[in-house]
Amino acid sequence: MNNYELMVIFTPVLSEEEFKAAQSKFAAIVKDNGGELVHTNPWGLKSLAYPIAKKTTGLYWVMEYKAPTSFNEKLKTQLLRDESVMRHMYTVLDKYAVDYNNKKRSGGKFSPNEKAGA
Amino acid sequence: MAKPNEIKYLTAIKAEKRPKKYCRFKKMGIHYIDYKDADFLKKFLNEQGKLLPRRLSGNSLKFQRKVSEAVKKARQMAILPYVTDLLK
Repeated sequence: MNNYELMVIFTPVLSEEEFKAAQSKFAAIVKDNGGELVHTNPWGLKSLAYPIAKKTTGLYWVMEYKAPTSFNEKLKTQLLRDESVMRHMYTVLDKYAVDYNNKKRSGGKFSPNEKAGA
Repeated sequence: MAKPNEIKYLTAIKAEKRPKKYCRFKKMGIHYIDYKDADFLKKFLNEQGKLLPRRLSGNSLKFQRKVSEAVKKARQMAILPYVTDLLK
């Protein structure tokens, strides 16, 4: 089991419900494959630094999870198959990163929601 | 006539003493650089969105590598631009 962080940019055309449905869909995939959800954080609509697929905004979603190493390939196929996903990236979190995320969550010193300006 | 060590100057010689550069991550005990924090990463970029060299930022090699990794991740996820003008 490793710690991972997944960031997904969905197309901005999704409605509120569709966005939530997409989130719970990928969260369910983690749980079904023996992973463990640590935290999810929907940033919401945020303007992109450069256009992706001719869109200037995107719906950001960050998920932290623990999963076996073979899991990410399965998740990747699902992400690539989904047309509402414009871009995704996962990061392996080391112990310092996990620490940092925990602190940020409890301290509330920095909140990406404010930065998003949504 | 005048011995070298007896030369006296009318005005004090300008001895430029720059404060020594340091790695802010080492000094502050930061171990992880978050790619999601755009405002923080902007400290290490110039106006065109290019990474500043270690010569200017004073980072140690270890953390310069981590900064560059974080910036590149942020660029991939459209948090920071690849190329731009007037970033700040």
